[in-house]
Amino acid sequence: MTVTHLMAATVVGLILVFVAFPIVVVMVVSFSSATYLTFPPPAFGLRWYSAYFGSDDWLQSTWLSLWVAAAVVALATLLGTLAALGIARLPGALRVLASALILSPLIVPVIVVAIGIYYSFARYGLVGSPTGLILAHTCLAAPFVVTSVGASLMGIDPRLEQAAYSLGATPAGTFLQITLPLIRPGILVGALFAFITSFDELVVALFISGSGAVTLPRRMWDDLLFQIEPTIAAVSTLTIVLTVVLMGCAHILGKRASI
Amino acid sequence: MWQRAVPLLLAAPLLLFMLAFYAVPVLSMLMRSINDPFWTLSHYASLPGDTVFLKVFSNTLYTSLIVTLGTLVLGYPVALSLVRAPRWAPLILTLILLPFWTSVLVRSYAWMVLMGRHGLINEALLVAGMIDRPLRILNTPLATQIAMIHILLPYMVLPIANALRLIDPSLARASSGLGARPWATFRQITLPLSMPGVAAGVLLVFVLALGFYITPAMVGGPREITLSMLIAQQVDQLNWAHAATLSAVLLATALAIIAAFYRLPGIGNALRMSAR
Repeated sequence: MTVTHLMAATVVGLILVFVAFPIVVVMVVSFSSATYLTFPPPAFGLRWYSAYFGSDDWLQSTWLSLWVAAAVVALATLLGTLAALGIARLPGALRVLASALILSPLIVPVIVVAIGIYYSFARYGLVGSPTGLILAHTCLAAPFVVTSVGASLMGIDPRLEQAAYSLGATPAGTFLQITLPLIRPGILVGALFAFITSFDELVVALFISGSGAVTLPRRMWDDLLFQIEPTIAAVSTLTIVLTVVLMGCAHILGKRASI
Repeated sequence: MWQRAVPLLLAAPLLLFMLAFYAVPVLSMLMRSINDPFWTLSHYASLPGDTVFLKVFSNTLYTSLIVTLGTLVLGYPVALSLVRAPRWAPLILTLILLPFWTSVLVRSYAWMVLMGRHGLINEALLVAGMIDRPLRILNTPLATQIAMIHILLPYMVLPIANALRLIDPSLARASSGLGARPWATFRQITLPLSMPGVAAGVLLVFVLALGFYITPAMVGGPREITLSMLIAQQVDQLNWAHAATLSAVLLATALAIIAAFYRLPGIGNALRMSAR
């Protein structure tokens, strides 16, 4: 361990503190016993968690976010998996065109997507309804399913499917017994990403959730405009734990499937 | 024939879904920039003389530039340590990924807690006696820059780490075997070979920073607004033609930057690698 090494380690250590510190502070503040936001907390307690669990508004938004995300997972995973299977076998030019459309939400700035959807959904009465949120979030989530299923399809040895055919399996039988089990990790990773995409989504929700479909991020945003009270820290901590657990699962699954 | 139609039939449901609920809505909104109230390019023609637009646009580009530089300066050493210190790599990767997996809203809120008038930074500086009264940090451009650097850092670290991982370690050994000092080896071998990763990171961070809305709106305050915030304001005032024009400018800027970067050698590969 030379002096240079020690200096390098210190620099990287400080950068990592900068990365982790804000998240840690939010989690610590959520256990504060103070009635206002202060750090370090004078004492610890669960009052902000009981405030959250005692509030119908917060719980309603949480349930809405959870079931909208569940519907998005179902729609995006089904449509996305089918599309990934199709795109892999499309001829060149069509494949480029189809991929461009499906992957474009990853590039187009989210504010542009959000106001475009708001502009059109308002005419069809889809603003302020969970249906509108599900349709919009599915468009944002599907690209993740298509990329992760597409990646696991690329990893399949084509000889496996050929072997199944030559042993007399039907196309349907080959798909169900060979292809589907092999891409299952990719589908699961895509589904987890789809869930997080919808559950954390704020910008589209700001425009189309209206007053009838206030999701959890939307309620946090509305509350922040008026006050920075520690209930939001408690909600944040709960969502941090939920998303980190799900993303951790996706990360481990993705690694195991080497996609 | 039927066999050849199967792939298209499989892809069709999602393609139609995304056309109906995403592509057509966005395009018909963008059309308002050229057909409101009749076919005209006047909304675009008035932009060069629009001082609000010019100020906001240059502020957005400037913010993206600072954030890109900030993530590069902080991200490169982290990426290097991720590859060079295998013993610490799992810890470093976890510390980078945990905030990455936390929503932008929550991380922006965390910075509000830290930078507020009675936030941790001000309290610490007061206790240390470095200031007599709280500094104004929240609702300044600096607050936006710090929070965005924090949020976008992983997008810089991961592609650079991937590029560094691909460098043949025998090159560095050969260089030092031939008498080069560590700094010379880094400058002449490691740095040039990691450039595709740097370019991929710069592209990702800059394009994402251009479109940032939540963070500048939460911690940046109403004075130094970004293009995304101006677009949202125009929508609130139901000024659809102007909102659509600004959206087209934002989208075109992002696409132009992506197109420019895609000509660089090796970047397509670096981006694909970091998408994993």
